Amino acid sequence: MIELVDLCKTFSMESGDVEAVKNVNLTIEDGDIFGIIGLSGAGKSTLVRCINLLERPTSGSVLFDGVDLASLSRKELLNVRHSISMIFQGFNLLSQRTALKNICYPMEITGVPKKEAREKAMKLLEIVGLSDKADSYPSQLSGGQKQRIAIARALATDPKVLLCDEATSALDPTTTHSILDLLKHINETMGVTIIVITHEMRVVEQICNKVAVLNKGEVVETGTVKEVFLAPKSAMARELILPKSAAVERVDGKQLLRIVFDGNSSFEPVISNLSLECHTAVNILGADTKNIDGKAYGQMLLQLPDDEASVYRIKAYLDSRKIRYEEGTLDAN
Amino acid sequence: MPTDIWGLLGEGILQTLYMVLTSTLCAYILGIPIGVILYITDKTGICPNRWVNTILGIIVNLLRSIPFIILLIAIIPFTRALIGTTIGSTATIVPLVVSAAPFVTRMVESSLKEVDIGVIEAAESMGSTRLQIIWKVLLPEAKPSLIVGAAIAITTILGYSAMAGFTGGGGLGTTAINYGYYRYDTGVMLITVALLVIIVQIFQEVGMRIANRSDKRINK
Repeated sequence: MIELVDLCKTFSMESGDVEAVKNVNLTIEDGDIFGIIGLSGAGKSTLVRCINLLERPTSGSVLFDGVDLASLSRKELLNVRHSISMIFQGFNLLSQRTALKNICYPMEITGVPKKEAREKAMKLLEIVGLSDKADSYPSQLSGGQKQRIAIARALATDPKVLLCDEATSALDPTTTHSILDLLKHINETMGVTIIVITHEMRVVEQICNKVAVLNKGEVVETGTVKEVFLAPKSAMARELILPKSAAVERVDGKQLLRIVFDGNSSFEPVISNLSLECHTAVNILGADTKNIDGKAYGQMLLQLPDDEASVYRIKAYLDSRKIRYEEGTLDAN
Repeated sequence: MPTDIWGLLGEGILQTLYMVLTSTLCAYILGIPIGVILYITDKTGICPNRWVNTILGIIVNLLRSIPFIILLIAIIPFTRALIGTTIGSTATIVPLVVSAAPFVTRMVESSLKEVDIGVIEAAESMGSTRLQIIWKVLLPEAKPSLIVGAAIAITTILGYSAMAGFTGGGGLGTTAINYGYYRYDTGVMLITVALLVIIVQIFQEVGMRIANRSDKRINK
């Protein structure tokens, strides 16, 4: 379990102090896939570097299984780092070593005998699906393959926690999907707790069970992905969740309705029925459905008709079907 | 032209190679550790230490700013104390090393700076000790660049060694000065120049080839 208590990190720059992380309190349970989402510059990368003390927090503490990491000696801290692995946006493989030797590196520094390390590395290559690339150098691999090698390397010391710093941000959507599947598989089969730093909601939706939304160094919202996705409370969460299509931009000021589908209603022709029952036409501005935790979830952004009566009927209909919705005008955000 | 011109030149080549290769080796024995210390003690390095970094930096810069021909003469007492004489190729190695080591140090430092900072961060995140980072990450990752640097260093030291000919340093430089400058024997001078050019070419070419072959970032 990882607990972040009143964590702050301030950088002293010539232009003044920059508070990259402000009073962050989070608890990450064993077995979680915990997403930390925010726009760039929100302090996500600094926050994740505080977890393994690559950045020393200015104040507050990081508790790893109850132990305050800042209180450890350097030697003890290095030991803890063997159980908190990390993967990066830029993969950060050793360019002069083969894939296999890259995976052997963490075992080399912990004194695992060569032969044993080699065997384990081969096994890990199999898990990440790249057994045939053992003797390839990173320059001969694609981005997705490099990240798989980096994941194998991160798993070499049997870590309890895997930190992913924008691990899929440099990859195309298909590759992102397969890397996330691999992470989920690792979480399920090896019980590794995973902390995912990202700016993309779809990453959180695909694999995380919990999420914290970070804005300007502060956690503005936290909860299960389902809670946050179905009923985002903070403006930042809404911004990250709401689909932003070009059509939406053009209806500034108009009344909008955001309908949220949970696992059941997405199989029902809601809009068709709504249109028929309420005798009105609605304009669909944007729609998005996805698979969260094995169930289908989705949302749709509707532009409401101008007359009050129709709006009233639509809301009544949605209420009767127990479909959740939110009202809003676009320029309010 | 002297009668035994080829014997003379052969001896010159051997002395030059002896001076240059020994000096380069010694310069690297000093330059690699000092370059590593400068790199890791930098404020963004893995072991920041302002005092060590500043003081070492000043010493290196001071030595680098003295022209070789001046240094050669200025440290004569030191050379005599160390070797017992100030002429001949062995004695020339001393000023060559003193002059080349700071230069090599900066070359090493700049090669290390080319190493992707992310890779070092990754090594830190895996719980590597500083020594492990230096030995297993920093130096191996910088290897191709270090080899290119060595090829450049070797040709620079070759140039210095020829200058040492003025103080009886031995090697091709002495041959060129004794015959070409003092005796107006342009033929010998031209031949030594040609030989120096060839030696530089060989070192440069071999160095680049080794560097390219060792660099796994290049797809072959």
